[in-house]
Amino acid sequence: MPRRRRRDLLEQRRFLAPALIAPAVVFVGLLVGAPLILSVYLSLTNATAGSLTGGFVGFDNYTSQWSDPNFRTAFRNTIVFTLVANAIVVLGASVLAHFLIREFRGRWLMRFLVLLPWAAPVALSTIGFLWIFDSLFSVVNWTLKELSLVDRFNPPQWLGEPNKALAAITTVHAWRLLPFATVIMIAGLASIPKEVNDAAKVDGATGLKKLWFVTLPLQLPIATIAVLFGIVFTATDMAVVYILTRGGPFNSTQMLPMWAFQTGIQGGSLGEGAAVALFLLPVLAIVTVLMLLFARRVEVT
Amino acid sequence: MPLRRRDNMLTWLVVGPFAIVLAFPFYWMLQTSLKSELDLYNTENNPFAFGEGSPTLDNYRFLFSDTQYAHWLLNTVLVGLAVVAITLAVSLPAGYALARLSGRWGQTLGVGLFLVYLVPPTLLFLPLSRVVAEVGLQDRLAALILVYPGFTIPFATWLLMGFFKSIPRELEDAAVVDGASRLRTLVWIVFPISLPGILTVVIFTFSLCVNEFIYAIAFITSSDSKVVSTGIYTELIRGDVFYWGALMAATLIPAVPLALLYNTFLDRFIAGFTGGAFR
Repeated sequence: MPRRRRRDLLEQRRFLAPALIAPAVVFVGLLVGAPLILSVYLSLTNATAGSLTGGFVGFDNYTSQWSDPNFRTAFRNTIVFTLVANAIVVLGASVLAHFLIREFRGRWLMRFLVLLPWAAPVALSTIGFLWIFDSLFSVVNWTLKELSLVDRFNPPQWLGEPNKALAAITTVHAWRLLPFATVIMIAGLASIPKEVNDAAKVDGATGLKKLWFVTLPLQLPIATIAVLFGIVFTATDMAVVYILTRGGPFNSTQMLPMWAFQTGIQGGSLGEGAAVALFLLPVLAIVTVLMLLFARRVEVT
Repeated sequence: MPLRRRDNMLTWLVVGPFAIVLAFPFYWMLQTSLKSELDLYNTENNPFAFGEGSPTLDNYRFLFSDTQYAHWLLNTVLVGLAVVAITLAVSLPAGYALARLSGRWGQTLGVGLFLVYLVPPTLLFLPLSRVVAEVGLQDRLAALILVYPGFTIPFATWLLMGFFKSIPRELEDAAVVDGASRLRTLVWIVFPISLPGILTVVIFTFSLCVNEFIYAIAFITSSDSKVVSTGIYTELIRGDVFYWGALMAATLIPAVPLALLYNTFLDRFIAGFTGGAFR
């Protein structure tokens, strides 16, 4: 009786678990593993937009990109704005989480307002910022002008000057990541056992002392996870740059994902584009491993 | 426990400014979307007030009657629902198995999945764009439906694993003792109890799809198959012609319902997220 036998097999734990997990592994292998390998292969060829194969060129794509000034700018920008945005996010989220976890009046409304940037699709809210930073009708400039903080006839061009444009992009990223990091930090705070707080009280630890010696160390592992997500999300995001500046003016706000897109899709040099994107991989891999190890070590001690 | 009056005040003093900064762009979208052209593009006007011809719903009318916005919304929902269906079909069993049935192997695979979720579309869109073209899916929604599970499955499996871990084992063991098979127990006992968790996964998976940008812009160029995250930007901004009022209306419409859902399911999301392999 084949039917009967199949059931018996499924009853066995050794067989059931792999059968349940297999589809997920296959999907992930086909949609993430395979393209990743393909990406590495492409980066070693001179493939163009028309085909999936090309002549083998070794590390030429990597070396030619490394000496490309636009790539250099993109690489530097990606690192700088990822670090700055995440520093802002961590500071803001720690404070915000500490207060949002309390059961104060109006908590639902406050949480709703704070969550908005995370819930809204990033490409759409960035269009909102495009309008906020508009060259003629910027509400930021209007306010600054009313307060006489900037020259009425020569207001700052938030997206038209290199440094200001970088600051604008960083702001949008920090703004968008803050709610997510806050949520993760709230989770961290909520998971601190009640006994720990009680014990701290008995030992006379209150206020800042408690925060420094009890709450912060316990919050560290989950905060690390929040930062890990933040770094990966900012370093690899293309929507914000694409919509705000497209890497301009004169490639001064170029980021690696944007540059990979322009080289590989718009410029048609698939191989070079893949090489640009892959520059991120070792950096992200190292960051991920370090942070996970750190989170685990802190958790154990 | 509820706070004393003074602590309430302090909390508002700290949280309030954050809330204002974080929510301001949405307030601004709303204000802009209700303005007439005349009012909007007059630099003499106070932008925080309504001027000539405002407030008006003209921008919303324009959006739905003169652009393909409604069509993009529909496309987005279609893609989202299809991806959610595929994701659930694959992630429900996997999440359960990882939470229950597979000991140390489960731990390793769980962390592996978490890492896969961190592999960004930025690294994958170039080869995938070729694959999509090769199999003739360029410019079709099917391309997105095919590719999105690559990030939704790791994410959903991770969350589900967290939820399933919180269900008491005894419940299932009792059913098995009563003669039900493991699979039956899964479908008739475990999944129904986990419904709130599953709903959370549905919402967050759906919103990941709405959020996605790189694949949508790399694979789809015909305006018929666009989704909201790319359609608005590529079609409603033409050269120097901006329809700012309509643009702001278009960005606000998907954001509000999503935010309401997020707020409602936030606590469950937190429970699932931290219930995963971190403990």
